[in-house]
Amino acid sequence: MDYVLMKGNEAIAEAALRAGCRFYAGYPITPQSEILEYMSANMEKHGGVFIQGENEIASMSMLWGAAAAGARCMSSSSGPGFDLKQEGISYLSSYNLPAVIVCAMRYGTGDGEITAGQDSYWEAVRGGGHGDSRQIVLAPASVDECAALTYEAFDLAEKYRNVVLILTDGAISQMIEKCHLPQAREHDINQFDWTIGNHKKDDPKNKVTNLDRTIGYEAAERYLRNKFKTMHDQEQRWEEFMTDDAELILVAYGISSRVCKSAVRQARSEGLRLGLIRPISVWPYPEKAFAHAPEGLKGYVSVEMSLSAQMGQDILLATRFRKPVYACLTTLNLPTAEGIIDYCRGIIAGAHQPMEVL
Amino acid sequence: MADIIMAGFGGQGILTAGKILIDVAARQGKNVSWTSSYGAEMRGGTASCSVVISDEEIGSPYPSKLDILLAMNDPSYGKFISQMRPGGVALVNTSLVSPQTPPEGVQVYGVAATDMANAAGNGRAANLVMLGALIKVTGLMDDQAFREGLESFFGKKGHANPANLECYRQGFENVSKL
Repeated sequence: MDYVLMKGNEAIAEAALRAGCRFYAGYPITPQSEILEYMSANMEKHGGVFIQGENEIASMSMLWGAAAAGARCMSSSSGPGFDLKQEGISYLSSYNLPAVIVCAMRYGTGDGEITAGQDSYWEAVRGGGHGDSRQIVLAPASVDECAALTYEAFDLAEKYRNVVLILTDGAISQMIEKCHLPQAREHDINQFDWTIGNHKKDDPKNKVTNLDRTIGYEAAERYLRNKFKTMHDQEQRWEEFMTDDAELILVAYGISSRVCKSAVRQARSEGLRLGLIRPISVWPYPEKAFAHAPEGLKGYVSVEMSLSAQMGQDILLATRFRKPVYACLTTLNLPTAEGIIDYCRGIIAGAHQPMEVL
Repeated sequence: MADIIMAGFGGQGILTAGKILIDVAARQGKNVSWTSSYGAEMRGGTASCSVVISDEEIGSPYPSKLDILLAMNDPSYGKFISQMRPGGVALVNTSLVSPQTPPEGVQVYGVAATDMANAAGNGRAANLVMLGALIKVTGLMDDQAFREGLESFFGKKGHANPANLECYRQGFENVSKL
Protein backbone atom coordinates (compact mmCIF):
# COMPACT_ATOMS: atom_id res chain seq x y z
CA MET A 1 0.00 0.00 0.00
CA ASP A 2 1.35 3.40 -0.95
CA TYR A 3 -1.04 5.26 1.36
CA VAL A 4 -2.09 5.44 4.97
CA LEU A 5 -5.53 6.39 6.22
CA MET A 6 -5.16 9.29 8.60
CA LYS A 7 -6.72 12.55 9.75
CA GLY A 8 -5.56 15.88 8.37
CA ASN A 9 -4.14 16.76 11.77
CA GLU A 10 -2.12 13.54 11.92
CA ALA A 11 -0.87 14.06 8.37
CA ILE A 12 0.40 17.52 9.33
CA ALA A 13 2.23 16.17 12.38
CA GLU A 14 3.72 13.16 10.58
CA ALA A 15 4.82 15.27 7.60
CA ALA A 16 6.50 17.72 9.98
CA LEU A 17 8.42 14.89 11.64
CA ARG A 18 9.43 13.56 8.22
CA ALA A 19 10.62 17.04 7.24
CA GLY A 20 12.98 16.95 10.21
CA CYS A 21 10.94 19.01 12.68
CA ARG A 22 12.50 18.22 16.04
CA PHE A 23 10.93 20.87 18.27
CA TYR A 24 7.23 21.25 18.88
CA ALA A 25 5.63 23.37 21.58
CA GLY A 26 1.90 24.01 21.82
CA TYR A 27 -1.25 23.95 23.87
CA PRO A 28 -4.41 21.88 23.28
CA ILE A 29 -7.53 23.31 21.64
CA THR A 30 -10.14 21.67 19.39
CA PRO A 31 -10.00 20.99 16.44
CA GLN A 32 -6.20 20.91 16.20
CA SER A 33 -5.43 18.83 19.30
CA GLU A 34 -4.44 15.67 17.38
CA ILE A 35 -1.38 17.53 16.10
CA LEU A 36 -0.24 18.04 19.68
CA GLU A 37 -1.20 14.46 20.64
CA TYR A 38 0.65 13.00 17.66
CA MET A 39 3.75 15.01 18.49
CA SER A 40 3.60 13.97 22.15
CA ALA A 41 3.40 10.31 21.10
CA ASN A 42 6.01 10.36 18.36
CA MET A 43 8.51 13.21 18.77
CA GLU A 44 10.66 11.36 21.29
CA LYS A 45 11.25 8.43 18.89
CA HIS A 46 12.87 10.92 16.53
CA GLY A 47 15.09 12.33 19.25
CA GLY A 48 13.26 15.64 19.27
CA VAL A 49 11.60 17.73 21.95
CA PHE A 50 7.86 17.97 22.60
CA ILE A 51 6.61 20.49 25.14
CA GLN A 52 3.05 21.24 26.13
CA GLY A 53 3.62 24.79 27.28
CA GLU A 54 1.71 26.42 30.12
CA ASN A 55 -0.15 28.37 27.41
CA GLU A 56 0.06 29.39 23.76
CA ILE A 57 2.21 32.46 24.37
CA ALA A 58 4.89 30.55 26.25
CA SER A 59 4.90 27.84 23.57
CA MET A 60 5.55 30.43 20.89
CA SER A 61 8.41 31.94 22.87
CA MET A 62 9.99 28.50 23.11
CA LEU A 63 9.77 28.23 19.33
CA TRP A 64 11.58 31.52 19.04
CA GLY A 65 14.60 30.02 20.78
CA ALA A 66 14.53 26.80 18.77
CA ALA A 67 14.28 28.71 15.49
CA ALA A 68 17.20 31.01 16.39
CA ALA A 69 19.29 27.88 16.98
CA GLY A 70 18.46 26.59 13.48
CA ALA A 71 16.06 23.80 14.45
CA ARG A 72 13.02 22.98 12.39
CA CYS A 73 10.18 23.88 14.73
CA MET A 74 6.41 24.00 14.74
CA SER A 75 3.39 25.00 16.80
CA SER A 76 -0.35 24.78 16.16
CA SER A 77 -3.64 26.15 17.42
CA SER A 78 -7.23 27.13 16.57
CA GLY A 79 -9.64 30.03 17.10
CA PRO A 80 -8.85 32.00 20.28
CA GLY A 81 -5.64 29.97 20.71
CA PHE A 82 -4.41 31.29 17.36
CA ASP A 83 -5.02 34.82 18.67
CA LEU A 84 -2.49 34.11 21.41
CA LYS A 85 0.06 32.95 18.83
CA GLN A 86 0.12 36.40 17.25
CA GLU A 87 2.70 37.92 19.58
CA GLY A 88 5.09 35.08 18.83
CA ILE A 89 4.44 35.26 15.08
CA SER A 90 5.23 38.98 15.19
CA TYR A 91 8.50 38.40 17.07
CA LEU A 92 9.61 35.51 14.86
CA SER A 93 8.88 37.70 11.84
CA SER A 94 10.76 40.67 13.22
CA TYR A 95 13.79 38.46 13.85
CA ASN A 96 13.62 36.81 10.40
CA LEU A 97 13.25 33.39 11.98
CA PRO A 98 11.83 30.40 10.09
CA ALA A 99 9.03 28.48 11.77
CA VAL A 100 5.85 26.67 10.75
CA ILE A 101 2.59 27.51 12.56
CA VAL A 102 -0.67 25.68 11.94
CA CYS A 103 -4.13 27.16 12.46
CA ALA A 104 -7.10 24.77 12.19
CA MET A 105 -9.93 27.26 11.78
CA ARG A 106 -13.32 27.07 13.40
CA TYR A 107 -16.36 29.36 13.39
CA GLY A 108 -17.14 32.35 15.54
CA THR A 109 -15.46 35.20 17.32
CA GLY A 110 -14.62 35.01 21.01
CA ASP A 111 -14.80 31.38 22.04
CA GLY A 112 -17.16 30.77 19.11
CA GLU A 113 -17.74 27.14 18.21
CA ILE A 114 -15.31 24.26 18.04
CA THR A 115 -16.71 23.04 14.74
CA ALA A 116 -15.32 23.75 11.27
CA GLY A 117 -15.30 27.28 9.90
CA GLN A 118 -13.05 29.76 8.14
CA ASP A 119 -12.97 32.49 10.75
CA SER A 120 -9.25 33.32 10.88
CA TYR A 121 -8.54 34.31 7.28
CA TRP A 122 -7.85 37.99 7.89
CA GLU A 123 -5.86 37.22 11.01
CA ALA A 124 -3.70 34.80 9.02
CA VAL A 125 -3.10 36.76 5.82
CA ARG A 126 -2.78 40.37 6.96
CA GLY A 127 0.54 40.13 8.78
CA GLY A 128 0.84 38.58 12.23
CA GLY A 129 0.61 40.33 15.59
CA HIS A 130 0.29 44.09 15.43
CA GLY A 131 1.05 43.95 11.73
CA ASP A 132 3.49 45.10 9.05
CA SER A 133 5.05 41.71 8.54
CA ARG A 134 4.22 39.04 5.99
CA GLN A 135 3.84 35.31 6.34
CA ILE A 136 3.41 32.76 3.56
CA VAL A 137 0.01 31.15 4.21
CA LEU A 138 -0.83 27.77 2.64
CA ALA A 139 -4.35 26.32 2.73
CA PRO A 140 -4.66 22.55 2.22
CA ALA A 141 -7.89 21.11 0.80
CA SER A 142 -7.18 17.42 1.45
CA VAL A 143 -5.32 15.19 3.86
CA ASP A 144 -2.75 14.54 1.13
CA GLU A 145 -2.20 18.26 0.79
CA CYS A 146 -1.92 18.65 4.59
CA ALA A 147 1.12 16.39 4.39
CA ALA A 148 2.63 17.82 1.19
CA LEU A 149 2.26 21.49 2.14
CA THR A 150 3.52 21.03 5.70
CA TYR A 151 6.57 19.15 4.42
CA GLU A 152 7.35 21.93 1.97
CA ALA A 153 6.55 24.70 4.45
CA PHE A 154 9.80 24.04 6.33
CA ASP A 155 11.83 24.53 3.13
CA LEU A 156 9.99 27.76 2.34
CA ALA A 157 10.42 29.05 5.89
CA GLU A 158 14.19 28.56 5.64
CA LYS A 159 14.44 29.80 2.06
CA TYR A 160 12.99 33.17 3.10
CA ARG A 161 13.85 33.08 6.82
CA ASN A 162 10.19 33.66 7.45
CA VAL A 163 7.16 32.25 9.24
CA VAL A 164 4.98 29.96 7.12
CA LEU A 165 1.40 29.34 8.22
CA ILE A 166 -0.65 26.27 7.39
CA LEU A 167 -4.25 27.51 7.38
CA THR A 168 -6.54 24.51 7.63
CA ASP A 169 -10.01 24.10 9.10
CA GLY A 170 -11.95 21.82 11.42
CA ALA A 171 -13.28 19.77 8.52
CA ILE A 172 -9.97 19.10 6.76
CA SER A 173 -8.14 18.57 10.05
CA GLN A 174 -10.69 16.03 11.37
CA MET A 175 -11.41 13.99 8.24
CA ILE A 176 -9.69 10.73 7.34
CA GLU A 177 -8.58 10.12 3.76
CA LYS A 178 -5.84 8.32 1.92
CA CYS A 179 -2.56 10.10 2.51
CA HIS A 180 0.68 9.60 0.59
CA LEU A 181 3.43 10.54 3.00
CA PRO A 182 6.72 12.12 1.90
CA GLN A 183 10.17 10.58 2.47
CA ALA A 184 11.64 11.10 5.92
CA ARG A 185 14.77 13.24 6.03
CA GLU A 186 17.07 14.71 8.66
CA HIS A 187 17.67 18.40 9.13
CA ASP A 188 21.15 19.71 10.02
CA ILE A 189 20.63 22.25 12.77
CA ASN A 190 24.08 23.76 12.02
CA GLN A 191 23.70 24.25 8.29
CA PHE A 192 22.94 28.01 8.32
CA ASP A 193 25.42 30.85 8.70
CA TRP A 194 22.95 33.08 10.58
CA THR A 195 22.03 30.92 13.56
CA ILE A 196 23.21 31.28 17.13
CA GLY A 197 24.52 28.34 19.07
CA ASN A 198 26.75 25.48 18.17
CA HIS A 199 29.42 27.07 15.95
CA LYS A 200 33.17 26.50 15.77
CA LYS A 201 35.48 28.53 17.96
CA ASP A 202 36.71 30.95 15.30
CA ASP A 203 33.36 31.52 13.60
CA PRO A 204 32.05 35.08 13.85
CA LYS A 205 29.51 35.42 16.64
CA ASN A 206 25.97 35.79 15.24
CA LYS A 207 23.23 37.91 16.67
CA VAL A 208 19.57 37.39 15.93
CA THR A 209 17.79 40.66 16.60
CA ASN A 210 14.60 42.65 16.25
CA LEU A 211 14.54 44.32 12.76
CA ASP A 212 18.09 43.03 12.29
CA ARG A 213 20.06 45.75 14.13
CA THR A 214 23.33 44.18 12.99
CA ILE A 215 22.85 45.71 9.51
CA GLY A 216 21.10 48.99 10.43
CA TYR A 217 17.51 50.17 9.92
CA GLU A 218 17.79 51.08 6.26
CA ALA A 219 19.34 47.80 5.21
CA ALA A 220 16.87 45.90 7.38
CA GLU A 221 14.00 47.76 5.72
CA ARG A 222 15.32 46.96 2.25
CA TYR A 223 15.85 43.34 3.21
CA LEU A 224 12.27 42.95 4.49
CA ARG A 225 10.62 44.78 1.59
CA ASN A 226 12.60 42.74 -0.94
CA LYS A 227 11.68 39.58 0.88
CA PHE A 228 7.97 40.43 0.87
CA LYS A 229 8.10 41.23 -2.84
CA THR A 230 10.01 38.08 -3.73
CA MET A 231 7.58 35.92 -1.76
CA HIS A 232 4.66 37.74 -3.35
CA ASP A 233 5.98 37.22 -6.88
CA GLN A 234 7.35 33.69 -6.49
CA GLU A 235 5.01 31.83 -4.20
CA GLN A 236 1.51 32.25 -5.65
CA ARG A 237 -0.15 28.86 -5.94
CA TRP A 238 -3.59 27.85 -7.07
CA GLU A 239 -5.63 25.20 -8.85
CA GLU A 240 -8.04 26.00 -11.68
CA PHE A 241 -10.96 23.74 -12.49
CA MET A 242 -13.11 24.22 -15.61
CA THR A 243 -12.60 27.98 -15.78
CA ASP A 244 -12.04 28.30 -19.57
CA ASP A 245 -15.67 28.76 -20.59
CA ALA A 246 -17.18 29.62 -17.21
CA GLU A 247 -20.08 32.06 -16.77
CA LEU A 248 -19.30 32.37 -13.08
CA ILE A 249 -16.09 31.37 -11.34
CA LEU A 250 -16.33 30.15 -7.76
CA VAL A 251 -13.34 31.03 -5.59
CA ALA A 252 -12.76 28.99 -2.47
CA TYR A 253 -10.00 27.42 -0.40
CA GLY A 254 -9.85 24.55 2.08
CA ILE A 255 -13.04 22.64 2.84
CA SER A 256 -15.24 25.12 0.91
CA SER A 257 -13.26 24.46 -2.27
CA ARG A 258 -14.09 20.75 -2.13
CA VAL A 259 -17.79 21.48 -2.01
CA CYS A 260 -17.31 23.99 -4.84
CA LYS A 261 -15.68 21.39 -7.04
CA SER A 262 -18.72 19.13 -6.55
CA ALA A 263 -20.94 22.13 -7.32
CA VAL A 264 -19.07 22.82 -10.58
CA ARG A 265 -19.56 19.22 -11.74
CA GLN A 266 -23.22 19.15 -10.74
CA ALA A 267 -24.00 22.58 -12.24
CA ARG A 268 -22.43 21.63 -15.55
CA SER A 269 -24.53 18.48 -15.70
CA GLU A 270 -27.53 20.83 -15.37
CA GLY A 271 -26.25 23.20 -18.08
CA LEU A 272 -24.85 25.95 -15.83
CA ARG A 273 -21.18 26.64 -16.65
CA LEU A 274 -19.42 27.20 -13.34
CA GLY A 275 -15.65 27.09 -12.80
CA LEU A 276 -13.41 27.13 -9.75
CA ILE A 277 -10.23 28.92 -8.73
CA ARG A 278 -8.84 27.31 -5.60
CA PRO A 279 -6.13 29.39 -3.94
CA ILE A 280 -3.52 27.12 -2.36
CA SER A 281 -1.46 30.06 -1.14
CA VAL A 282 -3.76 32.67 0.42
CA TRP A 283 -0.79 34.92 1.06
CA PRO A 284 0.61 35.64 -1.40
CA TYR A 285 -2.88 35.66 -2.90
CA PRO A 286 -2.81 34.04 -6.38
CA GLU A 287 -3.44 37.28 -8.28
CA LYS A 288 -1.98 35.70 -11.41
CA ALA A 289 -5.00 33.37 -11.59
CA PHE A 290 -7.24 36.43 -12.07
CA ALA A 291 -5.11 38.18 -14.72
CA HIS A 292 -7.20 36.96 -17.66
CA ALA A 293 -10.91 36.43 -17.21
CA PRO A 294 -12.59 34.09 -19.71
CA GLU A 295 -14.75 35.80 -22.31
CA GLY A 296 -18.37 36.05 -21.16
CA LEU A 297 -17.52 35.76 -17.47
CA LYS A 298 -20.24 37.42 -15.40
CA GLY A 299 -18.29 37.54 -12.16
CA TYR A 300 -16.50 35.73 -9.36
CA VAL A 301 -18.20 34.16 -6.33
CA SER A 302 -16.31 33.92 -3.07
CA VAL A 303 -17.52 30.86 -1.13
CA GLU A 304 -16.50 31.07 2.51
CA MET A 305 -17.56 29.91 5.97
CA SER A 306 -17.57 33.23 7.82
CA LEU A 307 -19.78 36.22 8.65
CA SER A 308 -17.84 38.55 6.36
CA ALA A 309 -16.49 37.88 2.89
CA GLN A 310 -12.93 37.94 4.17
CA MET A 311 -11.23 36.37 1.16
CA GLY A 312 -13.72 38.18 -1.08
CA GLN A 313 -11.76 41.38 -0.46
CA ASP A 314 -8.65 39.72 -1.85
CA ILE A 315 -10.60 38.79 -4.99
CA LEU A 316 -11.60 42.45 -5.39
CA LEU A 317 -7.93 43.43 -5.14
CA ALA A 318 -6.75 40.63 -7.44
CA THR A 319 -9.32 41.55 -10.11
CA ARG A 320 -8.69 45.29 -9.61
CA PHE A 321 -12.50 45.68 -9.43
CA ARG A 322 -12.81 44.75 -13.13
CA LYS A 323 -15.53 42.15 -12.56
CA PRO A 324 -18.34 41.91 -10.02
CA VAL A 325 -17.49 39.78 -7.00
CA TYR A 326 -20.31 38.05 -5.12
CA ALA A 327 -20.15 36.35 -1.75
CA CYS A 328 -21.88 33.05 -0.97
CA LEU A 329 -21.35 32.67 2.77
CA THR A 330 -22.22 30.00 5.28
CA THR A 331 -21.19 30.19 8.90
CA LEU A 332 -21.76 27.23 11.21
CA ASN A 333 -22.74 24.83 8.46
CA LEU A 334 -20.69 23.70 5.52
CA PRO A 335 -21.84 24.96 2.15
CA THR A 336 -23.67 22.41 -0.01
CA ALA A 337 -23.31 21.96 -3.76
CA GLU A 338 -27.06 22.56 -4.12
CA GLY A 339 -26.89 25.80 -2.08
CA ILE A 340 -23.99 27.15 -4.14
CA ILE A 341 -25.74 26.34 -7.42
CA ASP A 342 -28.96 28.04 -6.20
CA TYR A 343 -26.96 31.13 -5.27
CA CYS A 344 -25.31 31.21 -8.71
CA ARG A 345 -28.67 30.90 -10.46
CA GLY A 346 -29.80 33.81 -8.28
CA ILE A 347 -26.86 35.92 -9.51
CA ILE A 348 -27.75 35.23 -13.13
CA ALA A 349 -31.40 36.09 -12.40
CA GLY A 350 -30.29 39.40 -10.86
CA ALA A 351 -31.39 38.46 -7.34
CA HIS A 352 -28.02 39.08 -5.65
CA GLN A 353 -25.90 42.22 -5.46
CA PRO A 354 -22.11 42.15 -5.77
CA MET A 355 -20.22 42.43 -2.48
CA GLU A 356 -18.86 45.72 -1.24
CA VAL A 357 -15.86 46.28 0.96
CA LEU A 358 -17.26 46.19 4.49
CA MET B 1 -20.26 5.68 -5.20
CA ALA B 2 -22.01 5.77 -1.83
CA ASP B 3 -22.77 8.59 0.59
CA ILE B 4 -23.25 7.02 4.00
CA ILE B 5 -24.08 8.07 7.55
CA MET B 6 -23.59 5.65 10.41
CA ALA B 7 -25.10 6.69 13.72
CA GLY B 8 -25.96 5.38 17.16
CA PHE B 9 -25.28 5.89 20.86
CA GLY B 10 -21.73 6.69 21.91
CA GLY B 11 -20.14 3.31 22.73
CA GLN B 12 -21.94 1.27 20.06
CA GLY B 13 -18.85 1.24 17.87
CA ILE B 14 -20.24 3.50 15.18
CA LEU B 15 -17.01 5.39 14.54
CA THR B 16 -15.07 2.12 14.38
CA ALA B 17 -17.60 0.61 11.98
CA GLY B 18 -17.00 3.57 9.68
CA LYS B 19 -13.24 3.16 9.94
CA ILE B 20 -13.49 -0.54 9.07
CA LEU B 21 -15.64 0.28 6.06
CA ILE B 22 -13.18 2.84 4.64
CA ASP B 23 -10.20 0.61 5.45
CA VAL B 24 -11.58 -2.24 3.33
CA ALA B 25 -12.85 0.05 0.57
CA ALA B 26 -9.49 1.84 0.35
CA ARG B 27 -7.71 -1.51 -0.07
CA GLN B 28 -9.95 -2.16 -3.04
CA GLY B 29 -8.70 0.97 -4.71
CA LYS B 30 -11.63 3.24 -3.83
CA ASN B 31 -11.35 6.85 -2.74
CA VAL B 32 -12.72 7.20 0.77
CA SER B 33 -13.43 9.83 3.37
CA TRP B 34 -14.51 9.51 7.00
CA THR B 35 -15.42 12.27 9.35
CA SER B 36 -17.22 12.25 12.69
CA SER B 37 -19.38 14.74 14.50
CA TYR B 38 -17.12 16.20 17.17
CA GLY B 39 -19.24 18.96 18.68
CA ALA B 40 -20.09 19.12 22.37
CA GLU B 41 -21.85 15.75 22.67
CA MET B 42 -23.47 14.43 25.85
CA ARG B 43 -22.82 10.98 27.24
CA GLY B 44 -25.58 8.78 25.82
CA GLY B 45 -26.09 11.24 22.98
CA THR B 46 -25.81 10.45 19.30
CA ALA B 47 -22.45 9.61 17.76
CA SER B 48 -22.23 9.62 14.00
CA CYS B 49 -19.76 9.49 11.18
CA SER B 50 -20.09 10.36 7.53
CA VAL B 51 -18.42 8.03 5.06
CA VAL B 52 -18.02 8.58 1.34
CA ILE B 53 -16.79 5.77 -0.93
CA SER B 54 -16.19 6.66 -4.55
CA ASP B 55 -14.31 5.90 -7.74
CA GLU B 56 -14.14 9.66 -8.34
CA GLU B 57 -12.47 12.49 -6.47
CA ILE B 58 -14.47 13.12 -3.28
CA GLY B 59 -15.95 16.58 -2.79
CA SER B 60 -17.57 17.29 0.53
CA PRO B 61 -16.87 14.65 3.20
CA TYR B 62 -20.27 15.62 4.68
CA PRO B 63 -22.79 14.41 2.09
CA SER B 64 -26.04 16.37 2.12
CA LYS B 65 -28.03 13.44 0.65
CA LEU B 66 -27.56 9.81 1.65
CA ASP B 67 -27.49 6.52 -0.23
CA ILE B 68 -27.05 4.42 2.91
CA LEU B 69 -28.05 5.04 6.53
CA LEU B 70 -26.91 2.69 9.24
CA ALA B 71 -28.95 3.49 12.37
CA MET B 72 -28.14 1.71 15.61
CA ASN B 73 -30.66 3.57 17.78
CA ASP B 74 -34.01 5.34 17.40
CA PRO B 75 -32.80 8.97 17.57
CA SER B 76 -30.34 8.28 14.73
CA TYR B 77 -33.06 6.91 12.50
CA GLY B 78 -35.27 9.90 13.25
CA LYS B 79 -32.46 12.39 12.69
CA PHE B 80 -31.16 11.16 9.35
CA ILE B 81 -33.93 9.25 7.52
CA SER B 82 -35.28 12.40 5.86
CA GLN B 83 -31.87 13.02 4.22
CA MET B 84 -32.04 9.86 2.13
CA ARG B 85 -32.14 9.82 -1.65
CA PRO B 86 -34.83 7.83 -3.45
CA GLY B 87 -33.37 4.36 -4.02
CA GLY B 88 -31.45 4.59 -0.75
CA VAL B 89 -31.15 1.84 1.82
CA ALA B 90 -31.58 2.27 5.59
CA LEU B 91 -30.25 -0.49 7.84
CA VAL B 92 -31.54 -0.50 11.37
CA ASN B 93 -30.67 -2.31 14.56
CA THR B 94 -34.10 -3.81 15.33
CA SER B 95 -33.02 -4.55 18.93
CA LEU B 96 -33.34 -0.81 19.57
CA VAL B 97 -35.03 0.78 16.57
CA SER B 98 -38.72 0.65 15.60
CA PRO B 99 -38.51 2.44 12.29
CA GLN B 100 -41.21 4.91 11.29
CA THR B 101 -42.35 4.94 7.67
CA PRO B 102 -39.42 5.97 5.49
CA PRO B 103 -39.59 8.56 2.67
CA GLU B 104 -40.85 7.42 -0.74
CA GLY B 105 -38.39 5.15 -2.54
CA VAL B 106 -36.25 4.32 0.52
CA GLN B 107 -36.01 0.70 1.58
CA VAL B 108 -35.52 -0.30 5.21
CA TYR B 109 -33.77 -3.48 6.28
CA GLY B 110 -33.22 -4.66 9.82
CA VAL B 111 -31.22 -7.03 11.97
CA ALA B 112 -31.30 -7.50 15.76
CA ALA B 113 -27.68 -6.47 16.08
CA THR B 114 -27.47 -5.82 19.82
CA ASP B 115 -29.24 -9.10 20.71
CA MET B 116 -27.13 -11.13 18.30
CA ALA B 117 -23.86 -9.67 19.50
CA ASN B 118 -24.84 -10.36 23.12
CA ALA B 119 -25.86 -13.92 22.24
CA ALA B 120 -22.48 -14.43 20.55
CA GLY B 121 -20.78 -13.34 23.79
CA ASN B 122 -19.32 -10.33 21.99
CA GLY B 123 -21.61 -7.55 23.16
CA ARG B 124 -19.43 -4.77 21.82
CA ALA B 125 -19.58 -6.15 18.27
CA ALA B 126 -23.14 -5.13 17.39
CA ASN B 127 -21.46 -2.76 14.95
CA LEU B 128 -20.01 -5.77 13.09
CA VAL B 129 -23.44 -7.41 12.87
CA MET B 130 -24.62 -4.19 11.24
CA LEU B 131 -21.68 -4.20 8.82
CA GLY B 132 -22.51 -7.79 7.80
CA ALA B 133 -26.06 -6.70 7.08
CA LEU B 134 -24.83 -3.66 5.15
CA ILE B 135 -22.57 -5.72 2.90
CA LYS B 136 -25.31 -8.26 2.22
CA VAL B 137 -28.01 -5.74 1.39
CA THR B 138 -26.02 -3.13 -0.52
CA GLY B 139 -23.43 -5.33 -2.24
CA LEU B 140 -21.10 -2.38 -1.68
CA MET B 141 -18.14 -4.75 -1.45
CA ASP B 142 -17.39 -8.40 -2.00
CA ASP B 143 -18.22 -10.53 1.08
CA GLN B 144 -14.97 -12.50 1.04
CA ALA B 145 -12.84 -9.40 0.57
CA PHE B 146 -14.69 -7.75 3.43
CA ARG B 147 -14.08 -10.69 5.78
CA GLU B 148 -10.38 -10.57 4.99
CA GLY B 149 -10.35 -6.82 5.48
CA LEU B 150 -12.14 -7.17 8.80
CA GLU B 151 -9.60 -9.69 10.11
CA SER B 152 -6.72 -7.58 8.96
CA PHE B 153 -8.21 -4.43 10.57
CA PHE B 154 -8.36 -6.06 13.99
CA GLY B 155 -5.15 -8.06 13.49
CA LYS B 156 -3.27 -4.83 12.81
CA LYS B 157 -4.54 -3.47 16.12
CA GLY B 158 -3.66 -6.69 17.96
CA HIS B 159 -7.36 -7.41 18.65
CA ALA B 160 -7.89 -10.50 16.47
CA ASN B 161 -10.95 -12.39 17.75
CA PRO B 162 -12.90 -15.12 15.91
CA ALA B 163 -16.12 -13.83 17.52
CA ASN B 164 -15.79 -10.68 15.38
CA LEU B 165 -16.14 -12.62 12.18
CA GLU B 166 -19.01 -14.61 13.72
CA CYS B 167 -20.90 -11.39 14.46
CA TYR B 168 -20.29 -10.16 10.92
CA ARG B 169 -21.61 -13.49 9.56
CA GLN B 170 -24.75 -13.31 11.72
CA GLY B 171 -25.57 -9.90 10.31
CA PHE B 172 -24.88 -11.03 6.76
CA GLU B 173 -27.14 -14.07 7.07
CA ASN B 174 -30.00 -12.71 9.15
CA VAL B 175 -30.76 -9.30 7.74
CA SER B 176 -34.27 -8.97 6.35
CA LYS B 177 -36.46 -6.38 4.68
CA LEU B 178 -38.87 -4.62 7.05
